[in-house]
Order: sequence, then structure tokens, then C-alpha cells
Amino acid sequence: MKRRDVDGIIGFWILRLCVAAVFAILIIILYDITSKGIGKINWQFLTAMPRNGMTEGGIFPAIIGTVLVTIITAVLAIPLGMGCAIYLNEYAGDTLITRIIRISIRNLSGVPSIVYGLFGVILFVQLMNLGTCVLSAGLTLGLMTLPWTITASEEALKNVPNSYREGALALGATKWQSIRTNVLPYSIPGMLTGTILGLSRAAGETAPILFTGAAFFLPHLPKSLFSQFMALPYHLYIMSTQHHAISRVRPIAYGTALVLIALVFAMNLVAVVVRYRLRRIKME
Amino acid sequence: MKNVKIKVSNFNFYYGSLHVLKDISMEIVENKVTGIIGPSGCGKSTFLRSVNRMNDTILGSRAEGEIMIDEKNIYSEDVDVVDIRRKVGMVFQKSNPFPKSIFENVAYGLKINGVKDKYYIEEKVEKSLRDAAIWDEVKDRLNKNAFELSGGQQQRLCIARALAVEPEVLLMDEPASALDPTATLKIEELMQELKKKYTIVIVTHNMQQAARISDFTAFFMLGDLIEYDLTGIMFTKPSKKITEDYITGRFG
Repeated sequence: MKRRDVDGIIGFWILRLCVAAVFAILIIILYDITSKGIGKINWQFLTAMPRNGMTEGGIFPAIIGTVLVTIITAVLAIPLGMGCAIYLNEYAGDTLITRIIRISIRNLSGVPSIVYGLFGVILFVQLMNLGTCVLSAGLTLGLMTLPWTITASEEALKNVPNSYREGALALGATKWQSIRTNVLPYSIPGMLTGTILGLSRAAGETAPILFTGAAFFLPHLPKSLFSQFMALPYHLYIMSTQHHAISRVRPIAYGTALVLIALVFAMNLVAVVVRYRLRRIKME
Repeated sequence: MKNVKIKVSNFNFYYGSLHVLKDISMEIVENKVTGIIGPSGCGKSTFLRSVNRMNDTILGSRAEGEIMIDEKNIYSEDVDVVDIRRKVGMVFQKSNPFPKSIFENVAYGLKINGVKDKYYIEEKVEKSLRDAAIWDEVKDRLNKNAFELSGGQQQRLCIARALAVEPEVLLMDEPASALDPTATLKIEELMQELKKKYTIVIVTHNMQQAARISDFTAFFMLGDLIEYDLTGIMFTKPSKKITEDYITGRFG
């Protein structure tokens, strides 16, 4: 065999092993959580309040809490993020200031989530006096998601060929008309894809909601947006590290983890479906 | 005497510090085809895009001098660029149908200009498609996506789309450069029909095409307008040596 053939085969197998290793880790985690958590999942677990110092009962308020917070995150991050992206990509020029803004946004997506949590405490809980509640936590997660939404939305806008914009302008469309009728319809699926991925990441975050609204134990649903709430990731954290009888509640922790993963997976699935539909529209 | 539709006076154009059009002055005659030829990078496309102010969208660009259309300087401050672009239609080098149905492509310009009347739109779409000599090929599939059409059909669809908003001038930027000879011939025949109603300015790098279709020809080089005359004169006895060299294929 020639030397370069051997090189090629070695390179190929090293790359293949990398993929296999990553895939194996993923499978092990999923298997561990599923096998230990699935026994706990039943209708009662999903719909009942926790009881007896959280050693019994279900995780209903945590599910609802996470869903509510994620909705608020979406309400903040989607319009604001898309608006920013549209402005940056369509209107703002390539000046020093806009470059600084762009770099800042990209850097913000790398800021640790605990920092967002602290920022949320200062801005929403204290300065705006909202208190620790669903709203504060949702807004904090919304801020954390914004850089992702903006970056993904800008990418989606960049994917729309310039000839769509020019074609519309040449027919006497105003700039906003060309964007509204000939750019946004083709970029919104891509924007949504990125946004949903950002939201699913937010739904699984613990640190930002830790100080801004998530409660240790509340055997009832939040009464309003200004109530504290339970959330899946925080519940999981409590059950696996802070509970007084950790070994007894271990199955509940696994069940919670499984529900959380399922929720995130479902959101990512939605993103995939949206993207698939986008491709099909483009192909037509 | 023929009517002058577009009068360009001492027009200069810059991309940043790059001086791409140098002191251009010329008169473009109504209901004629004016061809613009010249080697790559000579500024012919920039010139064309100056006539509907499409260059406005390029950051850091700057125009000086006047382009009068019907005695109105389109670069004066009180002019709404949207009005200019309705009056001066454009067909791009690469056909750029929108990812909509054939019907919606042609109706697009009407709809953004606020036309609501469904019957008027339908009539106008049919008329524009007929004028662009593509009606017979698409009349049974108006609701199909425009991307299903062939390259030549797409380009004629883009012409129909431009005609629908009733422009007075039609700018064409190498409209046939990506098309096969049959499709090119169709576009060229079409232009002879269209010039009865419109003033046409066409950029082309194909000398034979310029000779075949245009009534006047302008030769640009490195941002200068070298020579501008009746096509018959330009191609038989140009007054400048450099024009002759270019036309006979000695460079370019």
C-alpha cells in the first residue's frame, strides 16, 4: 500500500472515531436518564403537585412554570430580536459604530448565564421593582436569548438574495415595502428556527431564574406574572443537590430531567420542521 | 428633430474615492434603443444604474451633475426616488423573478403601488405578459412558481413585471448575457416591439448585439464616454481610433 493511502485511511478513521465518541456520550446520557426516569413518568407525575416535602407527588407546577417563563422569553426576544436584526441588516450601514454593536451582540451570546441572572436581579427585580417573579425571570431569559435571536435572524436575512430587494426597489417599492413584501416572507422561517433554538436553550437554564423568580417549593401554580414559580431545571437542581433526602427523591430527579429533555427536544424538533419547510419553499 | 428623453450633463459618479463615471454628457432619444458598450469595468452598468438611481443603495457612493428625464433633474433634492423608479423600469443581468407565482410576479409592482382593483390587475398582468411576448407560454399556468420557467422565460417575465407599472424608460443590463441564442433572439425581437412605446437603454458586451438592436450606440471606457453616435456610424466609420479598435475586437 502506498504511503498516502495509509495516511488517508488513518485520517478517515480518526475523524470517524471523533464522531463515534461524541455520539456514544450522547447515547449514554440519554440512556441513563431515560432508563432511570421513565419509570417515574405517568399522568399523575405530570399533573400533580409535589407533596410531602417534594418526596412524593408530581412536577406539574414546575412544568407550567417553565412553559410560562419560556412564553415571556419568547414575547420579549422574538419581536425585539427580529426588529434589531432587520435594522442591522437592512438599514444600518457598515460603520465603526454598527461594527461595535455587532461585535457586542456576538460577545453577549457568550456571557455566562449567571451574569444575566445577576443583571436581571438588579434591573428587573430591584430597579424596576418587579420582585422575584415569573415576569422578572422571563425577561432575564429574554435578554439572554436576544443575542442568539439577533444573530440567527441576521443570518436568515443575509440568505435572501439581494436581487429580491433590488427587483422590488426597481419597481418603485419603498425600502420598507421591499423588506416587508420581498425579504421578510423568505427569512421569517429561518429567523424562527434560530429563535426557537435559543428559546429551548433558555428553557433549560437555571442560573438566570435562580435569583429572579424560581422558587424552591411551591405546591400551587403561580397566581399571576408577579408570583414566584417552580421551574423544571431549578427543580432538578434542588432534587439532585439540595434536598434533605437526596437518595429518596432520585427517581423524581430523573423523571424531571427526562421531562425537561423531552421539552427541549420537542422545541428543537419544531425548529427542524420549520427549517425543512423553509427549504421546501425555497426549492419550489 | 427627435425628442430627447434623457439628458445627461456633466455627470460624475464615485464609489468612495473611486471615480467611476467621468463627466458624462449625452442625450438619449425617445422611443429609440440606445446601446452602451465598452470593456468590463468601464462604468456602463454604473451609468445604467444611475438613470433610475439604483446606485443610491450602495453605501459610500456619490453622484455629481445632472440627469434630466423630461426636463426634470432626477438628482435634485425634491425628487422622490420611488417616483423615478416607477417611471424608469429596469431589467437585470441575471433574471430575478421573485419566488412567487407567475401572476404575483407581474402583479407585484401594481400591488405595492397601491392598486387594489382585482380586474384591473388581472387585465394589466395579461397585457404586460403579452407585451413581453410570453403570454402564450404561461397563460395556462399563471399560478405556478416563476422558478419553473426557463432562463429565457424568466427574463421575459421580468420584462413583463417591469412593464406592468407603465414605465416610460426601460433600462436593461445585459439582459441576454445568460441566455442561449434562441432566447436571446426572442429578447432582441421583443425590444424592437417595445421601443415603439418605451425609451430603451441597454448595456451589452456583445458588439453584434449592439449593432443589431440599437439605434444609437455609446462607447464607454474607464469611466469616460469615448464616442456616441448613430449605431450605423459607430460601426462603420467611428471618429476615434480607440472606438474602431474596440469594435473590431482589437482589445476588450
